[in-house]
Amino acid sequence: MNIMMLLEMAAQGMGDRVAFVNGDQRLTYQDLYNAAGCAAEEIKASGCDHAAVLDVSSLAVPVGLFAASWAGVPYVPLNYRLTGAELDALLERIYPAYLVTEADRVGKLTHHSEVKLSTREDFLAKARAGTPGDPSWSMDAEDIAILLFTSGTTGAPKAAVLRHKHLVSYILTTVEFAGAGPDDAALVCVPPYHIAGMAAILSSVYSGRRVVQLPNFTAEEWIRVARAEKVTNAFVVPTMLSRIVEILEGEESAGLPSLKSISYGGGKMPQKVIERAMKLFPEADFANAYGLTETSSTIALLGPDDHRDAVASEDPAVRRRIVSVGRPVPGIEVEIRDDEGKPLPGGARGEIYVRGEQVSGEYVGRGSLLDNEGWFPTRDAGSVDEEGFLFLEGRADDVIVRGGENMSPGEIEDVLLEHDAVADAAVVGIPDEQWGEGVAAAVVLRQGKQASVEELQAWVKEALRSSRVPQVLEFRDELPYNETGKLLRRVVKAELSGDAS
Amino acid sequence: MAQIKTGSRMRSQVCATEVMVIGAPAGEMEVTCGGAPMVDMSETPGDGLSIADGADQGTVLGKRYTNEAADLELLCTKPGDGSLGANGETLSLKEAKALPSSD
Repeated sequence: MNIMMLLEMAAQGMGDRVAFVNGDQRLTYQDLYNAAGCAAEEIKASGCDHAAVLDVSSLAVPVGLFAASWAGVPYVPLNYRLTGAELDALLERIYPAYLVTEADRVGKLTHHSEVKLSTREDFLAKARAGTPGDPSWSMDAEDIAILLFTSGTTGAPKAAVLRHKHLVSYILTTVEFAGAGPDDAALVCVPPYHIAGMAAILSSVYSGRRVVQLPNFTAEEWIRVARAEKVTNAFVVPTMLSRIVEILEGEESAGLPSLKSISYGGGKMPQKVIERAMKLFPEADFANAYGLTETSSTIALLGPDDHRDAVASEDPAVRRRIVSVGRPVPGIEVEIRDDEGKPLPGGARGEIYVRGEQVSGEYVGRGSLLDNEGWFPTRDAGSVDEEGFLFLEGRADDVIVRGGENMSPGEIEDVLLEHDAVADAAVVGIPDEQWGEGVAAAVVLRQGKQASVEELQAWVKEALRSSRVPQVLEFRDELPYNETGKLLRRVVKAELSGDAS
Repeated sequence: MAQIKTGSRMRSQVCATEVMVIGAPAGEMEVTCGGAPMVDMSETPGDGLSIADGADQGTVLGKRYTNEAADLELLCTKPGDGSLGANGETLSLKEAKALPSSD
């Protein structure tokens, strides 16, 4: 098994279709296959044993990914937001490394004999000029396809290992070959060093869906490109969807007639945003995906019918599913377990464990985190309702333990968000001498609306019990998010803890 | 007869068909294409073989094929003119369950 097999099939069956678009540059599936084969020769000739790409979303990303697989070396996408020193430290871990990057980033890096540098333009020009050799990639499913440095919250980033068997299994169980229509196009604006960016490439290639790359997201540019390229499918993170909805709601007509499907994930989607988006695009199919780097992307999915059923239902249990991440995809099993790793009965809140062929759960130097039966502890907290819908309730580490009582920040945030004056809210645990931990909140008010600390405290007390009322509540202009829409809770926690002491 | 391994690839001896094994039962079985046993990708097809009568419905790129017991599943990675079979039974096309795109 090798992800090159997926591209080979696409090139065989849909060779003339456009695979990737970036500005005015285009690659068909056959072009991509040929470029991967030629670039693989370059990588092999360099003698390097990793191929890294440090770039925004460009054609060098899919070419680099498949070329690395053809050459039989791990593909390592690097985060272009890191500093030169941080990048040098990561490169050191993958020596000798073949590195493709933008010409103006070269100066940021310390030149080292163990790094064979190629600019994006040179890399692509050489790859597109030659003729590929015969297919010669390894079919060993255990080979490493991708090494992905995770954004570690403390210490050095971990290098997550994804083998060909994980990625091929994910694609074969979730995507139908050539299932996309000839005019289907996906607008991809997630960063290329994120698992969602990798998965978008593989899924689109196997389904035959044209990928339109958007290197730097702004809502205005997203809307412009979606119109110009007649985009049919889009994946966005919550903060992006929120901005897009705001702009389109202010226009005379929504005006994205070709958009058929919107999928989202990467962070918690506020209920108000998704409901407004569904009103704005009544014909579109919505899908919410939940996945991790260590699970080769999506493991649970709230599909279009689930969205419509939830919005149309009178039953609160069904309505609530709009904020769930749906049910496991085929081939994935989910269990909710307690602190000791014992399975919990239905509906209980605990840590989410997953098992399936796409689950890697492995890091370089740390081995596999799977238990003897193949279960991976996600460190995400959640619960499953009687119909199997999975609800995320924050990171297992985010649980606030106040005087022995466990509470989920998400529950308190949801209540705050229901207040008319609240635009955004983050709840964290802060050190407390009497209770061990206390509840603290950072709140962003809606423009032109007012609410006092006391009013919001009373609001929480009325909906929940008094132990859940934030003892510290501060207003902010905005909350800190990373580029994939995840709330940086540790930043909020540090700020509010400082204030409490 | 051979033990069929999940993840392995096989080629037809009588047409261009190539498959990857998505799932296989324990125990040995004979997988055929166009009536002749399929062989490992590294093997050279035998001489003088041709597609048997009635085993010529062809294979379609990217489609999955399964047996009656639904314990054998093959993915066509290169199409050809022969039909797939296992232990004398002709494999049938497996309908794909459409999953909404999530990434």
